[in-house]
Amino acid sequence: MTKDDFWEGVRGGFPIMLAASPFGALFGALAVDNGFTIADAVFMSATVYAGASQMVGIELFGNHVQPWLVVLSVFAVNFRHVLYSASIAKYVRHFTFGQKFLAFFLLVDPQYAETEKRGERGLPITFSWYLGFGLIIYIPWIINTLAGAVFGQLIGDPKAIGLDVLLPVYFMGLVMGFRKRDRFLPIVTVSGLASIAGMHFVGSPWHVSIGALAGIVLAALLPPSNQAVAPTGIEKEA
Amino acid sequence: MDPQHLNLIYLIIAAAVATFLTRVGGYILITQMKEIPPRLEAALNAVPAAVLTTLVAPAFVYGGLDVTIAMFVAFAIALGLNLSTLRMLVIGWVVVMVIRHVVM
Repeated sequence: MTKDDFWEGVRGGFPIMLAASPFGALFGALAVDNGFTIADAVFMSATVYAGASQMVGIELFGNHVQPWLVVLSVFAVNFRHVLYSASIAKYVRHFTFGQKFLAFFLLVDPQYAETEKRGERGLPITFSWYLGFGLIIYIPWIINTLAGAVFGQLIGDPKAIGLDVLLPVYFMGLVMGFRKRDRFLPIVTVSGLASIAGMHFVGSPWHVSIGALAGIVLAALLPPSNQAVAPTGIEKEA
Repeated sequence: MDPQHLNLIYLIIAAAVATFLTRVGGYILITQMKEIPPRLEAALNAVPAAVLTTLVAPAFVYGGLDVTIAMFVAFAIALGLNLSTLRMLVIGWVVVMVIRHVVM
């Protein structure tokens, strides 16, 4: 029974693993391009295990942003997980302490979505199923990072093969993923303009904190809208 | 290991701890807290878009004409056809490669 659950999880996670693989390799290549060693890149994938925030982390690190801001940004990009772990609390209450620890470590976007879906259908959420689903995404993520990092080290000029355009486009895609959120346009407009102004008048890396702060303060100051603040939903992550 | 590299290791560990805190935080909070103040919630809700935009806008403006064009084309097509991030990446990459190796 337990074994069946595990393999059911593995089968469920398999297509997601395939979809996430290019991003793992991309992360590895870009991390090396931003001054990481191969081991650093693999270490980050194995310990942080959150694609979008890893990309943010290496980009900021490559731009010599202050360490506290790198960590804060990683925290900010991953903040949605707070909602996930709150939301699936009711399904994982029966896990042991150690199982919970591991389960929350593996709580990436698709893991959340699938757990929620399964729970809503009334299917049992066993630790075996959860672990199978999680590991079939986690382990290839590390292997793909390694492959990408090795490949990245072989590249002489990242610009010649167009690597430099990938991160901005990737981040643009992530930003667009939030477009259904409350006051998306004013926040993005203000953050964008403030970061450009920050880049122009103060310089990198301060444009990140200046732009981010401008958008966040605006969101806090705007009068609450009638539209209920919908819970963030599931943002797509690599 | 040289001190600078050691700092990077510490940075990665700090990022891992911060990430884990977000993944376990909701579970802990839900058993403690009843309601998040609405303005705090609005601010938190704005954090990802606000942070990520600061990584996009300067590249769009200062990244060079080829990057600007690639970003714009990828944006327009992805928005129009509701494409995934991966497809959008491919479009942006193809455009920049064509400009660099074919047009120029």
